[in-house]
Amino acid sequence: MSLRPELAAIADMIRPGTRVLDVGCGDGELLDHLVRAKGVDGRGIEISQQNVNACVARGLSVVQGDADTDLAEYPGGVFDAVILSQTIQATEKPAKVLTDMLRIGRRVAISLPNFGYWKVRASLLAFGKMPRTRTLDYNWYDTPNIHLCSLADFVDLTQKVGATIVEAHALDVNGNTRRMKPDAVNRGYLGPNLWAPGAIFLLKKN
Amino acid sequence: MAAPFKSKAGLLFVDRGARGSKLASTMVEQPRFTRSVTAHEADKGQAITFAEPLPLDCGRSLSPVTVAYITHGTLNAKKSNAILICHALTGDQFVASANPITGKPGWWISLVGPGKPIDTDRFFVICTNVIGGCMGSTGPADIDPATGKPFGLTFPLITIRDMVRAQKMLVDALSIEKLFAVVGGSMGGMQVLQWAASYPESVRACIPIACAARHSAQNIALHEVGRQAIMADPEWKNGEYAIAGTFPSKGLAVARMAAHITYLSEAALQRKFGRNLQNRSSLSFQFTPDFQIESYLHYQGAAFVDRFDANSYLYITRAMDYFDMAEEHGGKLADVFRNSPTRFCIIAFTSDWLFPPAENKHVAHALNAVAGNVSFVVIDSDKGHDAFLLDEPEMYAAVDGFIDSVAREVVIT
Repeated sequence: MSLRPELAAIADMIRPGTRVLDVGCGDGELLDHLVRAKGVDGRGIEISQQNVNACVARGLSVVQGDADTDLAEYPGGVFDAVILSQTIQATEKPAKVLTDMLRIGRRVAISLPNFGYWKVRASLLAFGKMPRTRTLDYNWYDTPNIHLCSLADFVDLTQKVGATIVEAHALDVNGNTRRMKPDAVNRGYLGPNLWAPGAIFLLKKN
Repeated sequence: MAAPFKSKAGLLFVDRGARGSKLASTMVEQPRFTRSVTAHEADKGQAITFAEPLPLDCGRSLSPVTVAYITHGTLNAKKSNAILICHALTGDQFVASANPITGKPGWWISLVGPGKPIDTDRFFVICTNVIGGCMGSTGPADIDPATGKPFGLTFPLITIRDMVRAQKMLVDALSIEKLFAVVGGSMGGMQVLQWAASYPESVRACIPIACAARHSAQNIALHEVGRQAIMADPEWKNGEYAIAGTFPSKGLAVARMAAHITYLSEAALQRKFGRNLQNRSSLSFQFTPDFQIESYLHYQGAAFVDRFDANSYLYITRAMDYFDMAEEHGGKLADVFRNSPTRFCIIAFTSDWLFPPAENKHVAHALNAVAGNVSFVVIDSDKGHDAFLLDEPEMYAAVDGFIDSVAREVVIT
């Protein structure tokens, strides 16, 4: 079973044999890959009980929990990397979640959808209604994605919480990745903010 | 009451050379039960008596002390495939084979046995009767060597940690340095947690199910009702019923009936019994059991007194009441598990109001706080606390997956 390209790109950021926490690990696809293929000491938090049970049945160390409230209880610096895949936009307090993750892990790998993507902008401009895209396919009133942002917004947040982007990849519509220059991104040069539907960043605390 | 079972033919001394010096002062024999055996063909297991004293939390000690146990499967050459199963309040060592007293099948055959999630073809399964119990391990019904009379209330108060200490003596006697896993539900789960706390290096993995790191006020209150029911029975005779030739059947049955309600859920009671009448079409306008739920509870009470000792019930419920792992760490449960090398898989059930998911989650949170290796599963079930003993496929899947993943880290064949 091969990983989706987006998850494979995150997996590439993780060093073998390290200790990793996957926040919002879903059914454990990425975590399972990291444990089996890279020998990481992998742990997960997942909000859906059904997903947690599926993870544990496949032998993963996963607890039922909520990133908004439960990250606070983890001690600082015990994980080499903390992963947050396509989840930050669904948290109640993204800044707090990101701050907690930077405290818990030496590196934070995070993927997110881009609300600055040109199709999103064009849709809002053309129809005057909240856009629906392939990655954000919800009505405004029933979406779990309560804190959407553009890539530029996210880069602003990383600076606000005292983090530096050490690696960056733009995602295309199929989830394939294209490497960005982290220095340029940190300085705000962000072409993909217009053309990429999403991105993956690897952060470290300053 | 029937005479205690004792097999003189079954008495044997352990070969010191083969097992090393740990067994030098111990002997293995058939267990002596306080109730008569009805299923004579059933495996009665073994009992091991230690001459050296078992120190207890209350400050006293037990000497000699007997631990009755049963094993299934084969211990491998590396002694790396042993799983200890811990039983609940009214359970016993007959986890996967017929109970010699009642003739009923083992209490966890859904989970433990050949080809089951705890596979006895693969693992060496050990289950002991807790000390304070009445199925062969030293308990209040035994004769106090100092007086020649049954202990009764002179038996020392025991704790969950004392139970685990006695189990450790057995595990040591079997020359097992590290258990592959310790597994148990309810009070069994408390023992599992205590194993991880007391002997972290001796437990590779543990599966505490439907339990908590402390007994709640509500649970202590429920236990006290049961104890008072027993003590209010005139046949209890201040615990000396064995000498008086009586037995507080009524009190013990009431204790069991009250407790049994707490093992179920409102939804399960409604589903199984509702307001259905028992063998009648209309209300009797008397106090005889009209409702099916009443008959059911009466049956549960009556069946229980045939197999359980009233004083054991007092002692074991007290041990649960005293259980509070965080107490000696200033209330910080996380400190109990700091640097623990053990992997945990905590399982809870949504409709369990005796040990609700929140209590189980509290343990998971404590482990998170020290970056422990923990899985925490909550299973949707309307069967209440008893769900852990019943057919719960998601529990099997969790146990199966967890044990498999631990087995990948260690050679067990």
